[in-house]
Amino acid sequence: MHFDAFDRYHETESFLHRLDPRVKVVVTVAFILSNALLPDGAWVAFGFSWLFLLLANTLSNLGIGFTFKRSLVALPFALIAITILFSMPGKPLTSFHFLIWDFTITDVGLLRFVSILIRSWLSVQMAILLVSVARFPDLVHALEHLRVPAILTTIIAFLYRYLFVLADEVFRLMRARESRSAAAPGQRSGRSVAWRAEVAGHMAGQLFLRSYERSDRVYNAMLARGYAGHLETINPHELRRRDYLTVALVLLVILIFQVVGRL
Amino acid sequence: MLYSPKPMHIPDGFLSFTVSIVCWVITVITLSIAISRSNKSLGERQVPLMGVMAAFIFATQMINFPVAGGTSGHLLGGALAAITLGPWAGMLVMTAVIAVQGLLFQDGGLLVMGANILNMGLVTVAIGYGLYRGVSMGSRTLKLTVAGIAAWLSVMAGALLVSLQLWLSGTSQLQIVIPAMLTVHALIGLGEALITVAALTFIFQTRPDLIGKNSPSSKGSRGWVVAGILISLAVVLLSPLASVNPDGLNRVAADLGFINTAHTRTGPLAGYVVPFLQSVSLSKIASGAIGLTVVGVIILLLGQGMKAKS
Repeated sequence: MHFDAFDRYHETESFLHRLDPRVKVVVTVAFILSNALLPDGAWVAFGFSWLFLLLANTLSNLGIGFTFKRSLVALPFALIAITILFSMPGKPLTSFHFLIWDFTITDVGLLRFVSILIRSWLSVQMAILLVSVARFPDLVHALEHLRVPAILTTIIAFLYRYLFVLADEVFRLMRARESRSAAAPGQRSGRSVAWRAEVAGHMAGQLFLRSYERSDRVYNAMLARGYAGHLETINPHELRRRDYLTVALVLLVILIFQVVGRL
Repeated sequence: MLYSPKPMHIPDGFLSFTVSIVCWVITVITLSIAISRSNKSLGERQVPLMGVMAAFIFATQMINFPVAGGTSGHLLGGALAAITLGPWAGMLVMTAVIAVQGLLFQDGGLLVMGANILNMGLVTVAIGYGLYRGVSMGSRTLKLTVAGIAAWLSVMAGALLVSLQLWLSGTSQLQIVIPAMLTVHALIGLGEALITVAALTFIFQTRPDLIGKNSPSSKGSRGWVVAGILISLAVVLLSPLASVNPDGLNRVAADLGFINTAHTRTGPLAGYVVPFLQSVSLSKIASGAIGLTVVGVIILLLGQGMKAKS
C-alpha cells in the first residue's frame, strides 16, 4: 500500500495551504467552538457561519462545494438525537401514529433537532477542510507547538507513519482468511458466529505479535538513522504577519457571529 | 473502503459546550497523570513501541467478522490494549488512536474529543486492566474469563457514558437513549469479548513472555483493581437504574443544575445561569470564574506534563 493511502491532504497552492499549521488548527477549533456556543435557532448566525465556511472553501482553491461532498459522515449519528423531536415540551406542530405509539413533534423539539444537525454539519466540514489543506505530519507538529505533550504527539506521529504498514498486514490476514473460506454455492462457509469471532481474535493476536516484533526493528532502524527521541521536520514553521492577521480577523468574525446569534 | 466509521464516536454538535468541557477536564487530568507516570517508567525505546502499538489497535479495528444480515463485528480494543500494554501506556495508545480517527477521518469531533477519549480510551482501559490485574496471579482460564467479562463491561461502560453525555447535553431523551445504546452494545460487547479472549489465547500460546507474570503489563499497582471494580460496579448498578427509573436520574441532574426542564438555550454553562445563584449578574460572574478556572487548570496541567517530560 502506498504510504499516503490514508492521507486526506490535497496538494495545491492556495492561501489556506500557505498558512502556518498552528493557525489552521486554532481557526478550526475556534469555528467548532463557536458553533457549539451559538444558541438554538440562531439562524442568522448559522447562516453567517456557513458563508464563512464557503469562503474558507474558496480560499483553499479546492472549490466552493469541496467539503459539502463528504459532509454527511456524521449524519447516521443524527438518529440518536431524533428523540428530541418528540420529547421537548412546547407547541405541538404535527402528530402521527406509528404502530402502537403516538408521536407529537413540538416546535421547541424541532428547533433543537435542526440546530444540532446544523452545528454538527458545519463543524465536520471545517474539520474536513483542515486535513485537506494541512499535511498530517505538519498538523502533529502544530499540536506539539500548541503544547500537546510530546509523548502523545510522538505516538500519534508513529501511528500515522506505521498505519499503512499494519493495514497491509491486516489485508494479508483477511485475504488469507478469504482464500480458506471457500463455500459451495448456496452454502455458508465457516461455523457459528462465536467460531468466526475466534478466528478474528486469532488474527488480532497474530497482528499483535507481528506489530510487536516490527516495533523492535523499527526502533533499531531509526537509531541507525540518528533518532534521538524526537521527530524532526524540514518544513519551516514560523508565524508570519499574515498568520497573526488571519487569527485576529477570524476571532473577531467569530465574536461577531456570537453577538449576532444572541441578539 | 479503507476506513469505515465506528460506532460510539460522537461527532461535534451533539454535546453541549458544558458537557464537552467537563469531559475534556476529566480526560486532561487523567492523561497528565498517565504521561507523568509513563515518563517515569518508560525508556526512550518504549515510545516507538507505543506508536506502533497504536497503529496496531487502529489496524485491528479493521478486522471484522460477519455476524448476521450483513452486519459485522469488530474490536474497539480498549481492554486488549490495557492487558497487553499496561494501564498508562494503554490509555496513551487509545488516546492517539481516537485523536487520529477524529483528526484524519472526522470519525468523532474535535471539541467532543475529550468525551470520546474518556468513553473509549480511559474508562475501557481502567475496567479492562483493573479486572484483569485482580486475577493476574490466577490460572490462565480464570484470566481469560475475566478478560472476556472486562472487555464486555468496557464496551457497556462506554455506551452508558455516551448515553449520559447525550442526555446531559439535551440531545437525547434518557428513557430512549439508555435502553437503545445498551441493547446494541450488549451485542457489540459480545464480539469484543470473544475477539479479546481469542487474541489473548493466541498470545498466551505463542509469546507468553509478553503478557505473563513478569511482563510490563502485570506490574500495574493494586489501585487499578479497586478502580476497575468501582467503575464496573457503577456501570452494573447504574444501567438498570437508569433504564427502570429515568425520572430519578432526571431529577438528580436537574438538582445538580446540569439540565433545566426546557433546553431553550444551551450556551456556555447553560445560558450563564448557575443554579443556587438567583441574581443574574452574580451568576454571570460565577460562570466566568468557573470558565476561567477550568482553562487555568488545563493550562496548569499541560505545563506540568511538559515539565515532567523535560
